[in-house]
Amino acid sequence: MSLVAEFNKGIWDKNPVFKLVLGMCPILAVTTSAENGLGMGLATTFVLICSNIVVSTMRKMIPSEVRIPAFTIIIATFVTVVQLGMEAWVYDLYQALGIFIPLIVVNCLILGRAEGFASKNPVLDSIFDGAGMGVGFTLALFTLGAIRELFGSGAILGFPIFGAGYPPILLMILPPGAFITLGLLLAALNKVADRKV
Amino acid sequence: MKEFSRLLITLTVVAVSAGMLLSMMESVTREPIATQRSIQQLKAISAVLPQFDNSPDTDVAVLQSGTDKKGNPVQTTFFRARLADQLVGVAFKVIAADGYSGNIEVMVGLDTAENIVAIEILAHAETPGLGSLISDQWFKDLFRDRNLDNTDWRVKKDGGEIDQITGATISPRAIVAAVKQGLEFYRQHRQQIVAAQGE
Repeated sequence: MSLVAEFNKGIWDKNPVFKLVLGMCPILAVTTSAENGLGMGLATTFVLICSNIVVSTMRKMIPSEVRIPAFTIIIATFVTVVQLGMEAWVYDLYQALGIFIPLIVVNCLILGRAEGFASKNPVLDSIFDGAGMGVGFTLALFTLGAIRELFGSGAILGFPIFGAGYPPILLMILPPGAFITLGLLLAALNKVADRKV
Repeated sequence: MKEFSRLLITLTVVAVSAGMLLSMMESVTREPIATQRSIQQLKAISAVLPQFDNSPDTDVAVLQSGTDKKGNPVQTTFFRARLADQLVGVAFKVIAADGYSGNIEVMVGLDTAENIVAIEILAHAETPGLGSLISDQWFKDLFRDRNLDNTDWRVKKDGGEIDQITGATISPRAIVAAVKQGLEFYRQHRQQIVAAQGE
């Protein structure tokens, strides 16, 4: 498969959120606003690309019996790098995402790509795979966050859209809103996908 | 045995390299993080104090304010604000441990007559849209100019004077109790706090 195809599959055909439905915990929890979704997506993308590079580079050195602990250490390392970096340079976002940054470690999307792709493929392919999956994940989180913020707070990225008279639908920024929005989005996307075929 | 040592060596190498990378990152970010934290703290202190011209984040008095569950001492830092060397106010942080979810950290600022100048919510994990309204200006303004003597420190639902938030009584109740406790502690230890030598 070409590198472009490796990248593109993460955005649509194998979109981690809409097609693989991986990593639900951050998807549902942090997408109360478009900005949070974007920040979480970018942080995850960074970790995904880095861990894919390292795992792919070391794929012949790591015996398969200990691959899971080795991958987990690699992933946890990059997550901590992201966490320290965010606290140092984007403090507001760091506060908004809170506990969900360290929890990137257990996002099964990342271990999934390390195990399912990077450990079997060359470095360059793995970079494109990680980037594509990351961008797909980010797009999905941004979309979810934007929809929930629009109806739940009447704004997108903090800019009011509906004006001051709009009574916010609180449900949308509470946990049930995440499930409802994701469910409706999945249904809509499946409808589109069916028509394509 | 040979196979076993191979596993052992691999994991050790991975873990040691991870440790090295992390310690590098830590040394790069140590300073920016410390700066960020002190900026945030000064911002919160400034928001709750009258006008001052010293730096209250270094003019502090540290007192033991209680013990935690394990019996270890809990210390509270009192930030003292001065204008032309005259004490104009004191700020300190109280922690409401009985909020709806997790601790609520509140910065309280007093003037010299023990009246609240303002409060600021530093950190909380209350329900968005309900308990989180404690961060709204109108709620924080409810505390303005109150002191131990002129206020019945309970939410209205409990017979006191401070408005709760509709649908979220627990968070305001926790804050009111914590602020009251802070005020009482301040009154008891006022001399020590005001007189203690700054660092």
